[in-house]
Amino acid sequence: MLQAPAQDTATLVEMHNVGIRRDGRWLVRGVDLSVRRGEIVTLIGPNGSGKSTTVKTALGVLKPDEGEVRRTPGLKVGYVPQKVTVDWTLPLSVERLMRLTGHLGRADVDTALEAAGIAHLAGAEVQKLSGGEFQRALLARALARKPDLLVLDEPVQGVDFSGEIALYQLISDIRDRTGCGILLISHDLHVVMAETDTVICLNGHVCCRGTPENVLRSPEYVRLFGARAGETLAIYRHHHDHTHLADGRVRRADGTITDGCDGHGDTPAHEKAAGEKHGAG
Amino acid sequence: MLDDFFTRALVAGVGLALTVGPLGCFVVWRRMAYFGDTMAHSALLGVALAFLFEINLMAGVFIVAALASIALLFLQRQGTLSTDALLGILSHSTLALGLVMVAFMSWIRIDLMGFLFGDILAVSRADIAVIYGGGALVLVVLAWLWRPLLAATVNTEIAEAEGLRPERARFIFMLLMAAVIAIAMKIVGILLITSLLIIPAAAARRFAGTPETMAVAASFAGALAVVGGLSASLRFDTPSGPSIVVAALVLFLFSLAKLPYGARETGQSS
Repeated sequence: MLQAPAQDTATLVEMHNVGIRRDGRWLVRGVDLSVRRGEIVTLIGPNGSGKSTTVKTALGVLKPDEGEVRRTPGLKVGYVPQKVTVDWTLPLSVERLMRLTGHLGRADVDTALEAAGIAHLAGAEVQKLSGGEFQRALLARALARKPDLLVLDEPVQGVDFSGEIALYQLISDIRDRTGCGILLISHDLHVVMAETDTVICLNGHVCCRGTPENVLRSPEYVRLFGARAGETLAIYRHHHDHTHLADGRVRRADGTITDGCDGHGDTPAHEKAAGEKHGAG
Repeated sequence: MLDDFFTRALVAGVGLALTVGPLGCFVVWRRMAYFGDTMAHSALLGVALAFLFEINLMAGVFIVAALASIALLFLQRQGTLSTDALLGILSHSTLALGLVMVAFMSWIRIDLMGFLFGDILAVSRADIAVIYGGGALVLVVLAWLWRPLLAATVNTEIAEAEGLRPERARFIFMLLMAAVIAIAMKIVGILLITSLLIIPAAAARRFAGTPETMAVAASFAGALAVVGGLSASLRFDTPSGPSIVVAALVLFLFSLAKLPYGARETGQSS
């Protein structure tokens, strides 16, 4: 369980010792997880490690076979599943997709499409979009709902690298602006780490958890992803500093290039509040 | 105006087509054609049971069709056989059971052909009242169910996560299907009901930009097929139910001609 006090920040969803069992096999077991308002929690782990299963259980799409899941009553969710296929017989434009699960005003739809960079595709049929465009449309749909909890299962698959960074930037902007909680699955910790408060590393159970820096340094993580996973981070960090210059929080430094991401420490308070305990499970 | 049997047939057929259009769209979108067939085939068992227990015919068909869909959902959860095989078993065994039971009940004269292929020229004013009353009810419920059902059709998990209760939507949709089958049996017959659900919807696909316009277009395509089929059946003295289906088929083929068939994209994934 996270050790950080949760009394003042509203907990949106909370899982205690959750296990899901299929065909006599535990897909995941003993998962503790919570997402608070304004927090970004990232799940990482190899294929088949139970990331999607965990997320679906948190949302109530799957019922836990053991443990318990608590969601704030009336929680408004925006969900981007890992795989969505729309049958070609269903005529569905991007714009109509935006209103799939609830009514939205014209302005909300336009703003979300603009933010996701697909304003020009509003009238396009979803079946004719490329993988990356469709993914942006799904993300725009989830954002436009102004959810309390945004749940994104590999939200940038099929999106090119620069687009990927821009979308993660967008996701964290959304968090900063609306204060929603975000539960994210990513195979690429390097790209998401700067925005993430808590990383949970899954492999059928919680291997390790904590701030991105702590998880990257933990032996469990290195064992799971190999030593090179940590090395590429250094390269990426450098790259990320450059993109960060466009970010409002760093721009105050008048564009001076700083080493590392240490400048973070003085801005988002939630980072400090995030679970620091490392290796809990 | 309703004194003429042909006018009654037209009014009844058009009423039915308007009702089944939107429902048929969901059957096509959700790839439930065979499922609809199974429910329709079970209707004959419903007829036999209705005679046996002396209950209302439509009620009997509705109950058995609904039970067949519930049985299928249950068997799917067991996960022992593929859905395809389960549908095959349920579809033909309910039809065969119905035929066998009807044969046993020698004390009742049952117009089997009427049930299998419909007898639209024999509809009464009361039938028309049921078609329009029941049809209106089905459409009102479907309109109320529209958003959750459409969301569940696109992606069940999104619908579930965002609080639209897709399981409930699916269950109510099954009941609507059972109701439509009960209403439609007399018009086109058990064996042809699914065609009236699917063919107009498929024909409407190319002319629609949104799910809603496709639903309306399917209703009108169905109505057109009824008018065309009945007129042709009067003129060429062909059986009415099959003539309607043939007319629908002609409409579908015309819709294909609008664009080269290969131009359509198949369903895409992320």
